[in-house]
Amino acid sequence: MSLTPAVPTLEGRSGVAVQFQGLHRYYGAVHALDGLDLDIAPGELVALLGPSGCGKTTALRALAGLDTPDAGRIVVDGRDITDVPANKRDMGMVFQAYSLFPNMTARDNVAYGLRLRGMDSQTRSRRADEMLDLVGLAKQGGRYSYQLSGGQQQRVALARALAIQPKVLLLDEPLSALDAKVRRVLRDEIRRIQIAVGTTTLFVTHDQEEALALGDRVGVMSNGRLEQIAAPMELYDRPRTPFVAEFVGLTNRIAGTASDGTVDVLGTRIPLLEGSTRSGKVSALVRPEAMRLAREDGAPARVIAISFLGSVCRAQVRLPDGNLVVAQMAAADATGLTPGAAVHVDVRPSPVFAVAD
Amino acid sequence: MSRRRRLPGSLARWAVIVLVGGYLILPLVSMLEFSTRGDLGTRSLDAWVAIGGDPNLVEAIITTLAIAALTVVGMLALLVPTMTWTYLRVPKLKRPVEFLCLLPLAIPAVVLVVGIVPIYSILTRATRGSPLVLVFIDIILVLPYAHRAIDAGLKSIDVITLAEAARSLGAGWPRVILQIIVPNLRGALLSASVIAVALVLGEFTISSLLNYDTLQVVINLLGKRDSYLSVAVSLAALLFAFVLIYGIAVVAGGKRRPVEESIEEGVA
Repeated sequence: MSLTPAVPTLEGRSGVAVQFQGLHRYYGAVHALDGLDLDIAPGELVALLGPSGCGKTTALRALAGLDTPDAGRIVVDGRDITDVPANKRDMGMVFQAYSLFPNMTARDNVAYGLRLRGMDSQTRSRRADEMLDLVGLAKQGGRYSYQLSGGQQQRVALARALAIQPKVLLLDEPLSALDAKVRRVLRDEIRRIQIAVGTTTLFVTHDQEEALALGDRVGVMSNGRLEQIAAPMELYDRPRTPFVAEFVGLTNRIAGTASDGTVDVLGTRIPLLEGSTRSGKVSALVRPEAMRLAREDGAPARVIAISFLGSVCRAQVRLPDGNLVVAQMAAADATGLTPGAAVHVDVRPSPVFAVAD
Repeated sequence: MSRRRRLPGSLARWAVIVLVGGYLILPLVSMLEFSTRGDLGTRSLDAWVAIGGDPNLVEAIITTLAIAALTVVGMLALLVPTMTWTYLRVPKLKRPVEFLCLLPLAIPAVVLVVGIVPIYSILTRATRGSPLVLVFIDIILVLPYAHRAIDAGLKSIDVITLAEAARSLGAGWPRVILQIIVPNLRGALLSASVIAVALVLGEFTISSLLNYDTLQVVINLLGKRDSYLSVAVSLAALLFAFVLIYGIAVVAGGKRRPVEESIEEGVA
């Protein structure tokens, strides 16, 4: 079974293809990259998602030339760049930490890469202004980094990275230092700009909402390996490994019995996803939105708490066996669900992943 | 009531200011008073005017300033690339470099001189006795202080991220150091330079032991011949150092404005 499905063709997008081929990286005893294989289509935005230490940043830094793999190859636009120094790779990078040069204005920061490419001052100043306009900071070109908010600094960093018309745009958790509201705004901005310029992009994050919202495909990494890479919806609905099923989104572990490609969960027979344990006692990994609650006097399950999240509500429910599960429903469907209410619980018959108990 | 409570604290503050101010300023005032004494209780600027008239003294001042300037250049050329490189590429060497730089603090000047005399006898012949060879030993003497200043500067900026950002934009290592790191260490480099200048202006032991006529050596000789002139020169040297430090503080700190004033609130 290949973990890397056919690389999608993104019509109308420019950019170059990127391939990681059997990449290994050791830090002492730690195997940070364990034979990473990954193909990125021209113009595609791939989000690498995983917990701290899974190797996602190492992979990005290897592509940037800021880290050297111990084995394997990196091929960009058909050319092996594994041994090419970082300053010769034509990669635009936005860092997690604020990385604007404090001695330069926003405009000079954006123009710096162009200056290194020998562009005359008038042209680079005009191009820098265009890039600042693209990220919505046309009027802040004369400001220094200490005169900009965190979000503005990251916008300038994005403009700086894009100004050199890089072969690949590398985003290393660029939103993690920002507050939630700014993060959401900037996330949408990045997606809009990336589609507009069509640059092949690798985005690294530990925030699954960000990864799912931004990526054409999302790769989930664990222990230096790519567990699965797929379109966000497929990744969420059809995880191929227990790690992906549990890491991406919220998951309830509910005891069930598997047989004949199905699992019996709370009285409902549900099809099993590929890669599941297919017989015997199992734990079914059920999404909160697949849980159904109905108020019913005398029912054995009890609502423990309700969380209002705007358009949806989440209810914590204690099952008769003592197991605590989370159910998610439209806010309108949560009427009458109060802490202590008796509820009947069942599960929608959409396919689930199951692991041996 | 509150006024009565505040009074002891306020008095204590003023007492401390007067004590410390007196401790620092009284010797300077005394020097000024002594160096302007004339005959029969009158005031005279003869000693101050004589500063420009003593050829040995003028030559010593020029020599010492030249040594100070070369020491600054040498110290920066030696320390900045070395320390930046250890921060960026070989952080394991930070401690050994720090240890080496601090060594001159632990070795008395007399011991240093004994160690370097054989080398300096060669250097003296090669440079025909030019006192500028003192630059080499002065660079060593300023290492502990300059290292501290530059180290503080490097710690105050995210050197690695800035360097990686510049590298990703296409800058080679020399450009990274000269165009990105050094401009952002301006304050630290100026501090290190001030310390170096101050140290060279005040250095006496090694120059004297190696028989070079630097400012402090000449002041000492003058003190034996003309104590008024000697004190006037000492005070002038101190004032020069103060002006230099003030000038550097203005140059280093004059550009930035408070962040709070300039960030537009609520803008992502």
